[in-house]
Amino acid sequence: MCGIVGLYLKNEALRPKLGELFAPMLSEMRSRGPDSAGVAIYRNSVAESETKYSLAHDSSDYDWKAVDTGIESTFECEARIAQIDTHAILVTTLAESDLRGWITEHHPEVRLVGSGQSLEIFKEVGLPDDVYRRFSLKEAEGSHMIGHTRMATESAVTTAGSHPFATGSDLCLVHNGSLSNHNRLREQLQKAGLHFQTENDTEVAAAYMTWKLRQGLSLHDALEGAIDDLDGFYTFCVGTGDGFAVLRDPIACKHAVMAETDDWVAMATEFRSIATLPDSNNANIWEPKPATVYTWGGTGEVEH
Amino acid sequence: MSTSHLEKLNLQTLGLRAINSQLNTSDVTPGSKWEITEPQGQHAIACGLQANIKVDIRGHVGFYCAGMNEQADVTVHGHAGVGIAENMMSGQVRVTGNASQAAGATAHGGLLVIEGDASSRCGISMKGINIVVGGSVGHMSAFMAQSGNLVVCGDAGEALGDSIYEARLFVRGNVENLGADCIEKPMTDEHIKTVDGLLKKAGIDANAKEFKRYGSARQLYNFDIDNADAY
Repeated sequence: MCGIVGLYLKNEALRPKLGELFAPMLSEMRSRGPDSAGVAIYRNSVAESETKYSLAHDSSDYDWKAVDTGIESTFECEARIAQIDTHAILVTTLAESDLRGWITEHHPEVRLVGSGQSLEIFKEVGLPDDVYRRFSLKEAEGSHMIGHTRMATESAVTTAGSHPFATGSDLCLVHNGSLSNHNRLREQLQKAGLHFQTENDTEVAAAYMTWKLRQGLSLHDALEGAIDDLDGFYTFCVGTGDGFAVLRDPIACKHAVMAETDDWVAMATEFRSIATLPDSNNANIWEPKPATVYTWGGTGEVEH
Repeated sequence: MSTSHLEKLNLQTLGLRAINSQLNTSDVTPGSKWEITEPQGQHAIACGLQANIKVDIRGHVGFYCAGMNEQADVTVHGHAGVGIAENMMSGQVRVTGNASQAAGATAHGGLLVIEGDASSRCGISMKGINIVVGGSVGHMSAFMAQSGNLVVCGDAGEALGDSIYEARLFVRGNVENLGADCIEKPMTDEHIKTVDGLLKKAGIDANAKEFKRYGSARQLYNFDIDNADAY
């Protein structure tokens, strides 16, 4: 099971309503994934010299100010942090490797769940409507969002096992399906220096993408590599800085539908998630082909 | 109710179960016309109909629309999700847009028309239905197809007719490759007539002479050790 959804607003006039338009898309997928939910939203781009980090903790009472002041005093750099329930968005000039090392040493209970110029990731255990409410996403403005509702099959129902999983700067992945070679692939990726927080299969797919992108491959080529190297069932939606990409395995058992109008482009596990979008009745609707990379790059039509 | 009367049913107001119940009552007037509005991609709309009625669905539908249909004439004015007209027994189902996978799966009879493209596994295990697709079909279409006709005006994806029994497949465009035990067969006048008749019935303008026929080589019917690789 699981449900995945993605929405990119081509019409800038709609962007103040991104959170409101996305809410029913995610909510409609609650029957496919009542265990946990998560979203990635692209908004409020920071300066080029800065990076925005999404941090998470088990408690909504966590003292995030200590993280903020700790970074500033240790690295003598600017940092500002804003708490949203169990998560916090940190903006700083600090490099990711330095931040990751410092957090591991001083705040090991904090998880770094995403980074980039505009990406923010929020995910929690619970029904999608509740998760959405906790992070005040209905009021959110932005250009695009991807989301996931999870029915756990491959690993425990935990926040850490929830999607989206970060795969690089402004990149993250949601997955419907189950991978069958994730244990062996995890071992290979660990040898290549990648770190894992869970036993989750999707985290392995995300780490695989991170690894490929670090080698300098384009998103398109990294996804092409996934077709050869990942075994199992999957429909992936990958959030990028200026849109999203969709990939299904060669058997393509896991549902997916895409739709496009002049105002937006959307993907979902089932069309009922897209039906609530404005003018969806007149959208161009199709099922993405197996083993074919579809990308939305913010300009022009969907490419594949 | 007179047969000329059009009864409108709003799915968002009435709900799926109420609409399907109303269309399924034993006293539904044969020949009556119904319109379902705001389907919003919901599943199992107009499922299990058993009377000669006409149903127009104005918008896109989810999974298993018009499944198990008997006698009814159902038109989806939009896109259809997984398993449109699955297990249809008789009647007609038409999709004006594209259809997702497993269209007409296991269906015994009737006519399914998809004016756009059908995705993978179109006509999987079909058992007597006639399917006419205006566009192309995806991979594994007509897998284990037992009888009936599949007419594809565009192209067919990988493994067309894999492990096929006695269904007849007609494709006008390119076939990416054929599945196990599926071969090209000669188009006789009888086949051209069959395709022409189905295209006319479907209201799709295409020249029946441009189609190629595919069917079973009948080499997998019984276990043969020499075919072990193909099983």
